[in-house]
Amino acid sequence: MSNFREDGPGYPVTEATRVDKVSPESRIFGKLRALIVVVIAVIMLIPVFVMLMTAFKARSDIVSSPPTVVFEPSLEGFVFLFTERAVVAKARQEEFKAAAETGELSLVDRVAFEAGQQVTGPSDYVDRLKNSFIIAGLSTIFSVGLGLFAAYAFSRFDVLGKDDLLFFILSTRMLPAVVVTIPLFLMFRQLSLNDTHLGMILLYTVFNLSLAVWLLKGFIDEIPIEYEEAALVDGYSRWQTFYKIVLPQAITGIAATTVFSLIFAWNEYAFALMLTSDNARTAPPSIATMLGRGGIEWSAIAAGSLGFLIPVVIIVFALRNYLLRGVTFGAVRK
Amino acid sequence: MSIDGSQAIVEQSPPPKTKRRQLSDRSIVNLFIWPALLLLIAMNVFPLFYSLYLGFTDYSAITRQQPQWVAFENFSKILNDELLWKYFATTGRFALLSVGLQTLVGFSLAMLVNHKFKGSGLLTTLILIPMMISPVVVGLFWKLMYNPTFGFFNFLIGYTQYLFIFSFIASLFGAYFIFKRYFKTKKIYLLLLSIIFVVYGILGLYSYISGSNLFGFLSRFLNPSTAPDMLASRFAGDPVPGLALWAVVIVDVWMWSPFVMLLVLSGLKAIPDYLYEAAAIDRASSWFQFWRITLPQVAPLLLIAILFRTIEAFKAFDLVMGMTGGGPGDQTELISVNLYRQAFLGQWRTGRASALAYIILVIIIAVSNLYIRYLNQMKGED
Repeated sequence: MSNFREDGPGYPVTEATRVDKVSPESRIFGKLRALIVVVIAVIMLIPVFVMLMTAFKARSDIVSSPPTVVFEPSLEGFVFLFTERAVVAKARQEEFKAAAETGELSLVDRVAFEAGQQVTGPSDYVDRLKNSFIIAGLSTIFSVGLGLFAAYAFSRFDVLGKDDLLFFILSTRMLPAVVVTIPLFLMFRQLSLNDTHLGMILLYTVFNLSLAVWLLKGFIDEIPIEYEEAALVDGYSRWQTFYKIVLPQAITGIAATTVFSLIFAWNEYAFALMLTSDNARTAPPSIATMLGRGGIEWSAIAAGSLGFLIPVVIIVFALRNYLLRGVTFGAVRK
Repeated sequence: MSIDGSQAIVEQSPPPKTKRRQLSDRSIVNLFIWPALLLLIAMNVFPLFYSLYLGFTDYSAITRQQPQWVAFENFSKILNDELLWKYFATTGRFALLSVGLQTLVGFSLAMLVNHKFKGSGLLTTLILIPMMISPVVVGLFWKLMYNPTFGFFNFLIGYTQYLFIFSFIASLFGAYFIFKRYFKTKKIYLLLLSIIFVVYGILGLYSYISGSNLFGFLSRFLNPSTAPDMLASRFAGDPVPGLALWAVVIVDVWMWSPFVMLLVLSGLKAIPDYLYEAAAIDRASSWFQFWRITLPQVAPLLLIAILFRTIEAFKAFDLVMGMTGGGPGDQTELISVNLYRQAFLGQWRTGRASALAYIILVIIIAVSNLYIRYLNQMKGED
């Protein structure tokens, strides 16, 4: 048993035991840790890469086994997604070939012809996308608008039974979509709102309202109330303090809330599946039904998926500081 | 001078007073809150009461018949239906497996990412991408990934054997460096570590060359005829029940571990450094620090993440519909999928589905109540 105080360290001291100096061991462990994180991140992102890749594969590349990583990019998926096609008749094949050689065919026609098909018109998916844009966009505007007023009132005034009301608002989001949809379906049928844009906009507005109220309340809570008090003392009315003091300061919060509402409405599937059939059907359920029609067109599905992936990537990067709030309804802030 | 100055101030200050009568605070509150509440009541509360009523009736939305009052018949039938109990059990198993794994993976990810290095911010952000993609699209896409002939999943698993070989060789090199370090410092644990690394490397290489069970198993994934078809619950043609549920669990874990990571990470960042400094001064081991500082400090946020994910797991619908639609057979028939099937497909048993919906509702409300109560408690502590 060596006595440290009398004998000193049992081995030669090769580096200072200062706290601000990192020992080689912990430096190596740090590098190792970084390596592990990189490997995990790459593994987690493989499906995303595959999604990206598949969107630009031709059908023959998609169904090759083992799957190819190097391939000739093709726009087949996108053309298949957005167009209705028919098989080119034998008689007209020569005609198409000649047109393709002289470069008379448009890009879309050429891609379709390479798969032996001819474009007959735009597909349903174009309409579905349009529906998605309209429904997601308008419902987001409404829910953020309504949510903003409610959040301001909840944040700044004594509301009778505030906590209960807030709980009630949040609890509506906790319900499974299928549970609410059965009565809604009957109600919508009575009001002939089934499969209409108005019905879906209303529904998505309510669906996102809880998120908007909770998120915005959190953002408004953070604005010091002293600004408003000062403005009130100076003779501003309540309304003036709201839109001259609170609004400008809450603008980043409003933007973040808008984007979250937009992405949730854009991604929503269950309500759209059960309450729409053709007129107001949005993109997510129609991508899913693409499986059924005449063989699985994986390239089209992958191309469609890309339309859901790209906005998400942009949003994740733009809102990375607010992501935590967005996914926990503003309950957890930092 | 002074008079001029004060006049200027008077001219500048208060904004023009409107002659209109100002609203009282109370009416502002009402004006601001009620539009939102009314919409919620119309689209959420009323439907809920309506479906409670329907739960006590025999009714199908596609017939012209009016709802007929049958009292508790629907509920008693549901509670006596063995199939439904099975679906509840499947849902419970799914929730348990996926939430458990998410917690584990998410927590470890957060611990790993918490130490900053070059590019860690970018990586953290990239890891968060999966959870924001539409679940149904994710489900569809993984269906392609799982395809036994041209999906990436099986092949990636098969190729991990090369990753193993790489790790064996790397561990031999690592052992050499650790041993060199031991020579300098004479710390005994370094010697032990290097011995472990050598043993790992040599045993691993030997088992690869001899084609042991593990590597034989992994090689099977590279051949479509011996590889599993996850979504059909088949391994090399033989039925393996439960494989499809695992397939769904894997995707759910892939999608939502980042969520747990995000919450835990925010918890880890909030731990004050002085706690660790005090522990270091007291020469507490890092194991002790983890159990006595890290875990208790992160626990509230971790619990929130778990509760959140549990609620979501009971609601799971989109992902399963996109991937399996409940199949093969009813192996992945979660309760919400079955509810959809009863309410909107086949016989459109609206009354019975409403009753089932209420049972699910009670379960979810119980869980979410816990969640909210916990949140309020946490806010109270701040």
